[in-house]
Amino acid sequence: MEQPQMEQPQPGKLVQAWTNFIDWVDERFPLTETFEYHMSRYYAPKNFNFWYLFGVLSMVVLVMQLLTGVWLTMSYVPSGDGAFASVEYIMRDVEYGWLLRYLHSTGASAFFLVVYLHMFRALMYGSYRKPRELLWLIGMAIFACLIIEGFFGYLLPWGNMSYWAGQVIVSLVGAIPWIGADLMEWVRGDFLMSEVTLNRFFALHVVALPLVLVMLVFVHIVALHHVGSNNPDGIEIKENKDANGIPRDGIPFHPHYTIGHDLPAIVLFLFFFCIVVFYAPEMFGYFIEKPNFEAANALKTPDHIAPVWYYTPFYAMLRAATFPLFGVPAKFWGFVVMAGAIVLPFVLPWLDRSPVKSIRYKGMLSKVMLALLVVSFFILGYLGTIAPSKPATALAQFFTIIYFSYFVLMPWYTRVEKTKPVPDRVTTKHSKKTAAGA
Amino acid sequence: MSAESGAPDAQGPESLDPGKVNKQRRYFLIGATTVVGALGVVGAAVPFVASWKPSARARALGAPVTIDISKLRPGEILGPTPAWRGKPVFVVYRDADAVGRLEQENDKLADPNSDNAEQQPGYAKNSTRSKRPEIGIYLGLCTHLGCSPKYHGEVQPQPFDANWQGGFFCPCHGSAFDLAGRVVKGVPAPDNLPVPPHEFVTDTVVVIGQDEETA
Repeated sequence: MEQPQMEQPQPGKLVQAWTNFIDWVDERFPLTETFEYHMSRYYAPKNFNFWYLFGVLSMVVLVMQLLTGVWLTMSYVPSGDGAFASVEYIMRDVEYGWLLRYLHSTGASAFFLVVYLHMFRALMYGSYRKPRELLWLIGMAIFACLIIEGFFGYLLPWGNMSYWAGQVIVSLVGAIPWIGADLMEWVRGDFLMSEVTLNRFFALHVVALPLVLVMLVFVHIVALHHVGSNNPDGIEIKENKDANGIPRDGIPFHPHYTIGHDLPAIVLFLFFFCIVVFYAPEMFGYFIEKPNFEAANALKTPDHIAPVWYYTPFYAMLRAATFPLFGVPAKFWGFVVMAGAIVLPFVLPWLDRSPVKSIRYKGMLSKVMLALLVVSFFILGYLGTIAPSKPATALAQFFTIIYFSYFVLMPWYTRVEKTKPVPDRVTTKHSKKTAAGA
Repeated sequence: MSAESGAPDAQGPESLDPGKVNKQRRYFLIGATTVVGALGVVGAAVPFVASWKPSARARALGAPVTIDISKLRPGEILGPTPAWRGKPVFVVYRDADAVGRLEQENDKLADPNSDNAEQQPGYAKNSTRSKRPEIGIYLGLCTHLGCSPKYHGEVQPQPFDANWQGGFFCPCHGSAFDLAGRVVKGVPAPDNLPVPPHEFVTDTVVVIGQDEETA
């Protein structure tokens, strides 16, 4: 790389030393090149809005979880006798242990919150459509990995809710015909949930899955920067480049979005995050449930088992299956419905047949279906937190059907509806104003 | 590795000339290497997979347990405190009325005749699902997702069933079982509560985990 520094008038000695150092590195490692490719010469659409903050916020939370997680590991003891006590030790005796733990437990909720919003953005603006199918698949893999990681982590405090929630979810494996019972024993490593199970979940939670997560996030970003970011208009900015090969509707990611967009958002996010950490870390039993202040007891199920809020929509769908079908018991169908609710979104890129990407230009049917999906997700989320009853189950069955129809009916409703014409260039508030004025 | 690096070398082997590559031989070698490699991976996976199975210590802790039921009175339940393999065991003492009721509501049950042979040993395939009509012994883990159902022994209206005839109710997902551990229709749990292998050593002492067939 030719640097024009030499022609410039007398740079200071420190600057010169720094430049020399970067040159030295660049000859041995593509530092400047990588920075330019991913940051200062990565052209992102100029019309990003609020919804484009949640990708970077997910990464902020990931880093926070890794950092607080490593620190918690230093004081946590993954044994049947010691786990619960060691969490209490962290909370009471370790300097700032309470903060580390609350950052981590609140961080888990924050992680799912920003990831759900990030995924909703993709649904709204068609960010899963060609050429971003693989980007979407990697993202879904991250989501699936996160679900499992969160579940393993939830067992570690070894409270009574940890224990029985773990028992319920591991029993899901037992719903698989023929091999279920043996598989369940294999996963637990014992005839019941025990210290053996705790030890292996600990290993998976702190070593194996974080490695996979970080790798997947890396690949997610590589894929994103290869195909380029989508935008609220769903227009491919790479199809309209100027003489220098730079997209006319693109602006360099750094510094425009890093400093101007993401940094204030991170500060604001951390502000609200800290309010929760300091004033409502248990979120009235939604983040840390009341039975979890009691040590795990293999002989006493809590009166009411509900997972943490971010799993409740899927949990409600699991409970919605109450009748056998085709000679297969309801238990297995519950497992199938819940797994289907997570697996079905993987194939979204091939379900959407609309000629346009963004909800802005899709027809009324798509808008109504997306709204129904959101409504059903919220209602299922609520139903998953309450005790089972006949009316609640009927409601859950109804909204499970609504949830699934968003995906299953998509090939139909995206094809039949009338779409609006997509402009050639991305629209911003400013461009809309000038268009109206002209 | 690449053909260019080999080409200028006069003494290089002929096979580096792309024109003279024996493709069949190459494909065979790639195939053979892949198969052997895959076998190696499977072999190497064995210890990793097997190490997840219950260890010798866990298996040893799964030995039979002895329960003294001399203090159990009609209508009462022993459990879930006694545990076999860490699983709660219910020992329920049904009075004559309760035993009679077991015959009456068979149409409400999913498997009234205990046809699923996996849920009980042969000697418990009868209308009371027990060796002795009054003493029922069941594993207190819901066959749905393994919560421990609660004992509601009395005949009285319950929030979950206005016409409750006594039995077990799982608060997790709303599965209900009668006093013989038989699951009612239309709940998430597919099967009756399992009857563990057991043996009455005396009238008041029962051993869970062994019976005449296994002992």
